[in-house]
Amino acid sequence: MNQIAALIRVFSYLSILTVGGGLAAFPEMKVLTVNVHHWLTFTQLIHLYSMGQIAPGPNMMMIVSIGEWAAGITGAIVVLIAFFGPTALLAFYVGRLWVKLEKWPWRNSIQRGLSPVAIGLLLAGCLSLARGVVSGWITLAIAGAVLLILLRSKINPAFLVLAGAVAGGLAFYRP
Amino acid sequence: MSDASAKSAVEPALPAVSASGDIGVAAIFLEFLFIGATSFGGGVVAYLRIGLVTKRGWLDDQKFVEYLAISQSLPGLNATNMAVLVGDRLRGFFGALAAIVGICLPGAVLMLIAGSLYHSHGNEPLVTAMLKGVAAAAVGLILATTIQLGRKSLAHVYDLIFVGLTVFGVDRLHQSVPRVLIAVGILAILWYHPRTISEASR
Repeated sequence: MNQIAALIRVFSYLSILTVGGGLAAFPEMKVLTVNVHHWLTFTQLIHLYSMGQIAPGPNMMMIVSIGEWAAGITGAIVVLIAFFGPTALLAFYVGRLWVKLEKWPWRNSIQRGLSPVAIGLLLAGCLSLARGVVSGWITLAIAGAVLLILLRSKINPAFLVLAGAVAGGLAFYRP
Repeated sequence: MSDASAKSAVEPALPAVSASGDIGVAAIFLEFLFIGATSFGGGVVAYLRIGLVTKRGWLDDQKFVEYLAISQSLPGLNATNMAVLVGDRLRGFFGALAAIVGICLPGAVLMLIAGSLYHSHGNEPLVTAMLKGVAAAAVGLILATTIQLGRKSLAHVYDLIFVGLTVFGVDRLHQSVPRVLIAVGILAILWYHPRTISEASR
């Protein structure tokens, strides 16, 4: 039961940190789910997050797995509501207000000022993830190749992540 | 709903948009469920545009971009914020609820299955090896997404300073995200206060 309470607390807090994208919450998610509550290891978190990049829909669905591991199917549902509920309500009410504030001069200032901060939070998330993942020249080469291909073409990223799985299997599999 | 009818009286909306009162909760749920199930490889926003603007004509491009701007400045994922805003416009509270549940459901079920498979087979050497490759590819992917987003929204050298301050605060000083968000966010908003923006656009 107190696992459920902890899941609600952690994921509703992480919810409001997702400024710019789910990745912005990653550094804090690592601290809370791995170091504080021991629901999973950092390696498992990285694996789940990466698998979540292939799944369709909003790219943070991997959180349901953390909830399920910690407290079964109830945990999964609780985590979903805790993580998406607060920001959904905020979007609902602020969205209605925001449309009405079209003429308010600070509206542009807020949009303009928050966008570099959001990019910074995403970059910090990238760094946190990359430090756990890039551990040699092969992983560096895979990450670099995906980055370059995506910046130069319009290929669906899901194919590249699957190609990464094949490359990883060939490079790291030791039976 | 009175909100929407008042608005359509003011602005001569496109035919498809003025018909928004007829779009049922079930139709909204199904369209978002479809988007949630087919938007492989991230970039859900592109799939949303195809589904909502091009295919259904539920809103026009201008409205879509406006909602996207709101979604990006609020906490929450762009995909779910967009679902809430568009669902609300089409059918009020229940439209928003149908949209967000629809877009989340397929991915959530899929990750539930993938997560328990990983839990039981994650230690097998081949799986570990493949996941190492997947994680490396994911790093490239999120970095590319961040760079593409940055190219679109960073216009000034000051923006880079705010980006740098944010990264420094979270990554080097190990400050919590809310603290950095509030400190650098307020600084950046004040920097772009209404007078600066109107001077820059002159």
